[in-house]
Amino acid sequence: MSGDESDGDGPDGDGAAVVAAVEAVAERIERERDHLTELDSAIGDADHGGNMARGWAAAAEAARDLDDPDPQTVGKTVGKTLMSKVGGASGPLFGGSLVFASAELDGGIDAESAVAFAETYLEKVEDRGDARLGDQTMVDALTPAVHTFKKSIETDGLPPLEALAKAVDAADRGVAFTVPIRARKGRASYLGWRSVGHQDPGATSTLYILEELLSVAADRLDAEIPDVDATSPTLPDDAKAGAEDD
Amino acid sequence: MKKLINDPDDVVDEMLDGMLAAYPDRLRRLPDTQVLVRDDAPVDGKVALVTGGGSGHEPTHAGYVGDGMLDGAAAGGVFSSPTADEFEALIDACDAGDGVLAIIKNYEGDVMNFETAIELAEMEGVEVDSVVVDDDVAVEDSLYTSGRRGVCGTILVHKAAGAKAAAGGDLSEVKRVAEKVIDNVGTMGMALTSCVTPEKGEPTFDLGDDEIELGIGIHGEPGTERTDTMSADAVTEELTEAVLDDLDLDSGQEVLTIVNGMGGTPQMELFVVNRRLQELLGEHDLETWDAWVGDYMTSLDMAGASITVCAVDDELKELLGASADTPALTQ
Repeated sequence: MSGDESDGDGPDGDGAAVVAAVEAVAERIERERDHLTELDSAIGDADHGGNMARGWAAAAEAARDLDDPDPQTVGKTVGKTLMSKVGGASGPLFGGSLVFASAELDGGIDAESAVAFAETYLEKVEDRGDARLGDQTMVDALTPAVHTFKKSIETDGLPPLEALAKAVDAADRGVAFTVPIRARKGRASYLGWRSVGHQDPGATSTLYILEELLSVAADRLDAEIPDVDATSPTLPDDAKAGAEDD
Repeated sequence: MKKLINDPDDVVDEMLDGMLAAYPDRLRRLPDTQVLVRDDAPVDGKVALVTGGGSGHEPTHAGYVGDGMLDGAAAGGVFSSPTADEFEALIDACDAGDGVLAIIKNYEGDVMNFETAIELAEMEGVEVDSVVVDDDVAVEDSLYTSGRRGVCGTILVHKAAGAKAAAGGDLSEVKRVAEKVIDNVGTMGMALTSCVTPEKGEPTFDLGDDEIELGIGIHGEPGTERTDTMSADAVTEELTEAVLDDLDLDSGQEVLTIVNGMGGTPQMELFVVNRRLQELLGEHDLETWDAWVGDYMTSLDMAGASITVCAVDDELKELLGASADTPALTQ
């Protein structure tokens, strides 16, 4: 942060980058609106595309209206707007989790705070939704993304952009993983075995959000999006144990 | 289908304003929200009781706001949960410093939005606790679903917990009696016709002229079984046996029963159901302590009914029988 009185960090700072990311997400969700609704109509109540598009459009507007904000303020504003504009369970899952996770960006964005942000976000989604890996929910995209990001930074010492690229790749595999499994949480769970064969809409929109974060991050760094090797995503240890128990 | 509405988008807003116009000395609407609270909220020296959920279940939820029951209720869109910020505004407006109990029906949207609001309110220093009502015995409660739904038994939770709060019970005592009701109540419903939402304007599900749906929810979601039409007595037997199977009560147990109309059922038919219900309870050696009949938790214009049975002891009898003065329930 600069030494002046402003809470923000200027037009080239991280706060402005987060606003740009939010705008990119809003545009992407709007483009994918019909696709998300189509996925949801197969197993849910066909409102995910519309709800998310409406919420992110309002969130982008709220973020733009902030005067030279810091990253934490943008995150909280976007989270609160999603909470009030996205109906059903998605409001608290996408919005509420963002409000709580944004507290980790108190001192700005660096590799360490980004990992803390990602971990808190995942933890809030898991707690709120009472969902774990393999329940055919957004957790299936988030869990490999967050664990891969953390390992890439903390263990492998990769640059943040490459770590984020690996996280997006892991989320992509997570979305594919939702197709052959049975829903245990969410409205789709009432379908029982009939939920098998459907891609989870919340995991899909989570992937879109991560892809846009990566794209904006690369843009701000004036870098190409790194090619990542198709390596196995990192999963939490208990997830592997659980899989063996089944 | 014909509806007495102006614009589907305005239905909830206009309904709330109409309720306020009907009960100007009882209710107050929080600005820029769909939240109705007691006119005198927050009530000093009392644990506050709050609830909320989708609209279309009237008189649930705001109909039970008043002395001896709820302090406030948040109204979502038709059949969709209020958002977390509305729940948070509700909690803030009703908290008088003695704690708040949130009564949540078990639907994922309601639970997650309410829980998010509770966490935010707690960060602001408000003491909040919650109970989740899941009295619908039609739905399987297992690891593989989101659990049983909250339906008409919720009214008894409002009533008992509301009486406990009015009598000066602290937050843990109010929560305890709320959970006592939840542990002792079961409900099962059926539909003769589908509801018609203002938005869609046509039946949510197709039900033939000679068919009924058993185990129906309160949003037009599918039930557990579709059968040929049956007599009122046969339907009453199906619903009652399912509830009693689930509750597994001892012989001689006293119970409170509710025959609840789903919104489009004549009272005449509800009383016909109640007649057979009371006979059946006698056959099961159960004692009816009180029998309620009416529209308590509806599903828009759906024709059908639900049967609720709640086992009562001396404490619950005192609380459920205590005075209440709300738009929809006065005793």
